[in-house]
Amino acid sequence: MSLSLLAGAETQAMSTHIANFVADFVGLEATWPFHALSMLVVATVVVLVFVTPAGLAGIYLERKIAGRAQNRVGPNRVGPYGLLQTLADGVKLLTKEDYIKPGTDEALFRFAPYIVFLSVFAGICVMPFGPGLTPANLDVGLFFFLAMIGIETIGIVMAGWASNNKWSLLGSMREVAQVISYELPLGLSAMVPVIAAGSLSLVELTDYQQGPIWNWFIIRNGYYAIVGIPAFLVFFVSGLAACKRAPFDLPEAESELVAGFHTEYSGMRFGMFFLPEYVLMLTVACVSTVLFLGGYHDPFGLSAEGGMFHGVLWWGVMWFMGKSILSWLLVMQLRWTLPRLRVDQVMYLCYKVLLPISLVLILLVAALKLIEGAN
Amino acid sequence: MTTIQGVKFEGEAVAPTLPRDIQTDEMVFNMGPQHPSTHGVLRVVVKTDGEVVLDCHPLIGNLHRCAEKILENLTYTQGMPYVDRMDYLGALNNEMGLALAAEKIAGVEIPKRAQYLRVIMCELNRVISHLFCAGQFGLDMGAFTPFLYMFREREEGISLINQVTGGRLLYHYIRYGGVTRDANQEWLDAAHKYCDVVRSHMDEYNNLLTYNRIFLNRTCGVAMIDKDTCLRYAVTGPILRAAGIQRDLRKDMPYSSYEDFDFEVPVGPFEEGVVGCSWTRHRQRLYEIEQSLDIVQQAIAKIPDGAFAHPKVTRAWKAPAGEAYVATESPRGELGFYIISDGSKMPYRVKTRGPSFSNISLLGECSRGLLIGDLIALIGSTDITLGEVDR
Repeated sequence: MSLSLLAGAETQAMSTHIANFVADFVGLEATWPFHALSMLVVATVVVLVFVTPAGLAGIYLERKIAGRAQNRVGPNRVGPYGLLQTLADGVKLLTKEDYIKPGTDEALFRFAPYIVFLSVFAGICVMPFGPGLTPANLDVGLFFFLAMIGIETIGIVMAGWASNNKWSLLGSMREVAQVISYELPLGLSAMVPVIAAGSLSLVELTDYQQGPIWNWFIIRNGYYAIVGIPAFLVFFVSGLAACKRAPFDLPEAESELVAGFHTEYSGMRFGMFFLPEYVLMLTVACVSTVLFLGGYHDPFGLSAEGGMFHGVLWWGVMWFMGKSILSWLLVMQLRWTLPRLRVDQVMYLCYKVLLPISLVLILLVAALKLIEGAN
Repeated sequence: MTTIQGVKFEGEAVAPTLPRDIQTDEMVFNMGPQHPSTHGVLRVVVKTDGEVVLDCHPLIGNLHRCAEKILENLTYTQGMPYVDRMDYLGALNNEMGLALAAEKIAGVEIPKRAQYLRVIMCELNRVISHLFCAGQFGLDMGAFTPFLYMFREREEGISLINQVTGGRLLYHYIRYGGVTRDANQEWLDAAHKYCDVVRSHMDEYNNLLTYNRIFLNRTCGVAMIDKDTCLRYAVTGPILRAAGIQRDLRKDMPYSSYEDFDFEVPVGPFEEGVVGCSWTRHRQRLYEIEQSLDIVQQAIAKIPDGAFAHPKVTRAWKAPAGEAYVATESPRGELGFYIISDGSKMPYRVKTRGPSFSNISLLGECSRGLLIGDLIALIGSTDITLGEVDR
């Protein structure tokens, strides 16, 4: 598709430019190592410049929302409105002692946070943040995202196993039980818009919904609402479970398992679990925006094909981030409102409620697609 | 009988809820004393099969401070602050019990105004204690926000009591022969208003927590403590009433003018849930808050003028030779004080019957077959104070 080529073009051009510049500087041909290196640089810059601050902002927002929900003020001492509190906490975590207690499986214990960190940050790299602003425009972007949250689980199981702590072990056991429960409804409900759009590429899924608000998949053409709205809800609830957020925060259930899988982690190793949690929340919010809420297209149908608005880039970025942050905030609000489910209730919900619903939705959307094709 | 880590477990309990086709190894957890949900320094040794609790054994004594022995080595007046530290969430109720026992030996009839002040303070104390427990139970179930909502009203209540007693949690307010300080009309009006404020927030708690679908799923019919178990373990207080037995010492054996007030004793089951489940215990406490607020408002309306302490009972007061046992209804159940006096300035023997001590003993029996999350519901809804268990 020409559209997806266009979307990838800008980041592609950027890395080619860097490759040529560096090759020129050292006086060599711009061969593949230069291209590979420069693509790595671009991806790293995207992660460092955009995603990490977004994660930090998420932590700040969460604390502020928690404060407002609980008749408190929230952080307000470090920096204006407490904006630098998270940074200060990061510095604190960095200066903490890196303690690994005796009896841990050290190699796994050290390795686990990296797996969680890397997989989550890799997952967000396929998001179309704006027209042409996809760090890695894969044809199977959605599949890549689902694979990455699967890999994140391995890191968590590793952490729980290596900690040599029974609470951690129980936490990672719960994580496994939860993953095999939520992944089915999560994947199947994501398939509903995929069947309609006929693509796994997140950019193509976005451009499928180009136009005014009734082109968004959640209420597409009016009649798609019968699959769009339930599929969005199923995806959102399974997404909550994927982020290990309340009411599905069983793997780290504080009142039951002390801190679950990261009980034994301290300092920045704990930070390496903590920051990705917020990035993962943002990623899931982004994916639900792409799948159901029109991605970077505004609700008035002003943006042209490909998402540009009179050649302005920020228009699309603004709508994408606006929509994603709204569902991000909803996730946070839910955490401070709801109690936690029990472990068997999570499985019941996923297997006996969400899974049948999403299977029915897949049938329905296929039927709709057939009827559309027949007309 | 098996012994694990020095703890004896009775019999081989088999989880009744799950089929045991697959034989897996059992695991022993040490829950506490630093676990977030053991409410203090309780250590529970839990034998589990995965998530299913096969048996558990509460190990107590981490907060043992020889409270009774200390009381025997201090004069009557000096000893009073020490009972505050037993059930530190319902400190005034402890003082009430000790004062009543010593006054019973001496046969002192204390002024009516002092009795009413005691009732007002004890009931306010019960309100803030139950608010704490209900919020804490929500916290155990993973709901953080209701806890802080209840703390908001609890904080108001604490500062209200603070205005008269001079203490926030440990008051040293009730003395032999009366109370230390009188409350003026302004304060009584403020207390009356506080009761309305708490009552107006009850719907908020219920909507946010008590009738939340997830909370209901977590607690209804879970962690059952039935009537029979309650009687066998001498369980008292809200747990007993939630199990369907109408026993409230304020009604059955009135002390300190409780007979003057008109109040209902709520008994489970309520709208949702069944007799003796953890939701019923939670609801029971919320109903008891409303009932206590009623008592406070009635006491404020009826409070007579007069002295707030017996003029003959001075600081150097001592009980004559004799012995007495007085049981009172503390927020956690039947709190009894048994004092033997030999006529000297110090009591010869003091024995406390702490309700938390009896209530905690059912943990082993009632936890069998629960999931770990349900065990937290069991511990949270029994509302134990370790200061009183260990004394």
